[in-house]
Amino acid sequence: MKALSQKRRHPLAAVALLLMGLLVTGGLYAAASSVNEAQAASAYSASDVEEGNKLFLANCATCHGMNAEGTDAGPSLIGVGAASVDFQVGTGRMPMQMQGPQAQVKPVQFDDEQVQQLSAYVASLGAGPAVPEAEYLDTSLGNSGQGGEIFRVNCAMCHNAAAAGGALTRGKFAPSLEGVEEKHIYEAMVIGPQNMPVFNDSNISPEDKRDVITFLKEIEAQGSPGGAKLGSLGPVSEGLFVWTAGLGIIIAFTIWLTSRPS
Amino acid sequence: MTTDTVYQPKTKTGRIADFVDQRTGASGMVKEFGRKIFPDHWSFMFGEVALYTFVILLISGTFLTLFFDPSMAHTTYDGSYNPLKGIGMSVAYHTSLDISFDVRGGLFMRQVHHWSALLFVASVSVHMLRVFFTGAFRKPRELNWVVGSTLLVLAMAAGFTGYSLPDDLLSGNGLRIIDGIIKAIPVVGTYISAFLFGGEFPGTAIIGRLYMLHIMLVPALILLMVAVHLFMVVVHKHTQWSGPGRTEENVVGFPVGPVYAAKAGGFFFIVFGVVAAISAFFTINPIWNYGPYDPSPVSAGTQPDWYIGWADGALRLMPGQLWDFSFDWIIPFPWGDNLLAMGVLVPAVVLVALLGGMFVWPWVERWITKDDREHHLLDRPRNAPFRTAVGVAGVVFYCVLWAAASSDLIATHFHVALNDVTYWLRALFFLGPILGFIIARRIALALQRKDRDIVLHGREAGIIEMSPEGAFTERHEQVDEYKLYKLTAFESPEVLPAQADRAGHVTRSEKLRGSVSKFFFEDRVAPVTKSELEEARSHHGHHAVEGHDDKELEQ
Repeated sequence: MKALSQKRRHPLAAVALLLMGLLVTGGLYAAASSVNEAQAASAYSASDVEEGNKLFLANCATCHGMNAEGTDAGPSLIGVGAASVDFQVGTGRMPMQMQGPQAQVKPVQFDDEQVQQLSAYVASLGAGPAVPEAEYLDTSLGNSGQGGEIFRVNCAMCHNAAAAGGALTRGKFAPSLEGVEEKHIYEAMVIGPQNMPVFNDSNISPEDKRDVITFLKEIEAQGSPGGAKLGSLGPVSEGLFVWTAGLGIIIAFTIWLTSRPS
Repeated sequence: MTTDTVYQPKTKTGRIADFVDQRTGASGMVKEFGRKIFPDHWSFMFGEVALYTFVILLISGTFLTLFFDPSMAHTTYDGSYNPLKGIGMSVAYHTSLDISFDVRGGLFMRQVHHWSALLFVASVSVHMLRVFFTGAFRKPRELNWVVGSTLLVLAMAAGFTGYSLPDDLLSGNGLRIIDGIIKAIPVVGTYISAFLFGGEFPGTAIIGRLYMLHIMLVPALILLMVAVHLFMVVVHKHTQWSGPGRTEENVVGFPVGPVYAAKAGGFFFIVFGVVAAISAFFTINPIWNYGPYDPSPVSAGTQPDWYIGWADGALRLMPGQLWDFSFDWIIPFPWGDNLLAMGVLVPAVVLVALLGGMFVWPWVERWITKDDREHHLLDRPRNAPFRTAVGVAGVVFYCVLWAAASSDLIATHFHVALNDVTYWLRALFFLGPILGFIIARRIALALQRKDRDIVLHGREAGIIEMSPEGAFTERHEQVDEYKLYKLTAFESPEVLPAQADRAGHVTRSEKLRGSVSKFFFEDRVAPVTKSELEEARSHHGHHAVEGHDDKELEQ
């Protein structure tokens, strides 16, 4: 201890301290972020990877490059993980219909097996988020109350409190989450597709993600307790409704009343 | 009260009526009000709709007060709505949820209350538009216009204080914006905000205070103003459309008793029925979606109710910074820098200016036209092109702000960029009213010319005739006397140039008035005069003699 306290005014002490700090922070960060690197290439067989490669060359390589290294038209897919492919291809966003502010949903182009093969191929290129395990998608294990709270704090500012979607800048938007599969909701949180931020496992744990999914599925299943929900868009659609349908009916009645001979 | 002919009631009803009458003199009032004449036109009924929705608001609101607790004390939700179970929230939000899910009929009553609130302000607005565009605010009704404008402001205040009560995320976001606007007021803003919220936003006092305003003060003021409003309607008598036998001195229509009492009573139940049907089938303000108020999140689709939308739109349109020019002005004072948030202040000033313009318009028009006569006959909007154009400009301006409040939904639903929507609306903020003014005036003038044409040359009958030479002409039919009256009986103010006062000076304000008058009335269309009409008819008759068998049409 004495030696240490004597050396503390050494000219290199500050450098040593800085180095130590960086090492600790970096080490901790690496440990924490490796939590997110689900590495599930093991689930895929070699033939999946091979078939996936063929599909990739035929359907994706034009924009993403022959080895998924990326081109001017599309980003590199090395290290994006199976979850990314499963989400983008599984929801029909990829292959992309046209360039635009963001990839639009359209009918899915591949069957489940082909999606899995493509995922296998991309996952084989580098470690990345894997397709979630079934236990994190089981809404019977989740807590919708807590999920709702997480949703309102993290998601509702773009997706709307009732998950009806909302606008972002310059033509981008957060889509409605109604009818989206549990798996895809989970994957979106992990990979942060389009303009969505990544909510990794140290940010929202897999159990919490399951809670969010539980919440979304519950409000979807319960329907609207108060009658037709007018798009769940808030006061704008309510105001529009009262000015068109509400006043329209009232005006029809006023005309009817005053056209009657008393 | 001793007269020779003492009324001897024979029936039970008669005895009760006589008992009351001897003690209150009610028969005199019934005689006065019961014989009050009201003209019949559908556009005159929006004031009634406003009154009835207000009554519905009082009834449904009373029900809600039985179960609502305006406390901001913390509690944990244990009601029957599963997705919120175990969530910490205020008692106010908890009881609002209880009304929705655990009180029998509570959700329906909440929806009745909210839908009728939206319809209330909407019918007040449409009523005001009707009064404006028909010129019903002119002498002697200027003060009643002011009372009506006050009612609109009170209606918005009632709506906003109610919107804030459930203490959900949506209402809290709305309150935060109001807090921001208040704080932007120079010098006193922060103090007003601190007094209103009892310290820093949100505090623990605001819901209770808004509740007092919402259920007591504002409704009491509205009731008072409604009483004054209706009293003045009785004093002034109702306006009417011009028509044969309708003059500035009479009112043609039906008496309150029995016709209007029955019609109005029935209409109340129609309005109630419409509101109830809407409330039964369409949800409004699903507070359970929004969650308890928490100052950190703001959900997408956070908008105020429609009548505050224009204020939200003004804030959305105002840039915080234009290129290098910032609207956050930092004013150096000896005691330190003070911030003047022009990005909030300018929209607030715009809103106050629009409302102020509404209040003073009757005097503006009176000043321009120098018309000090009483008017009980209404203008058709086309017959006052200047006023119609000003009104349309105001409506367009309001609608631009209104649209701006839903800019995000316009972007998502029409697949356009949010930024572009904002840029377009910013341009329309300035150009829209001007375009609206010009287009509305041209349409009004064109319609007036068309009316002149119909009066002088008759209506196009849609019958094409071919002469022996092969020429095609369309037969014109003379319109009937009632229609003719409608098309000719109106006033068209003329340009009144600046005039010298008694000392022979033409003041600067008089010069201004003269040029405004010129701008408004220089291309007026004059109503058809009797001699013009006679000349046109004799010409037409002469024409008929020449060989057409138009005789039948003339009759």
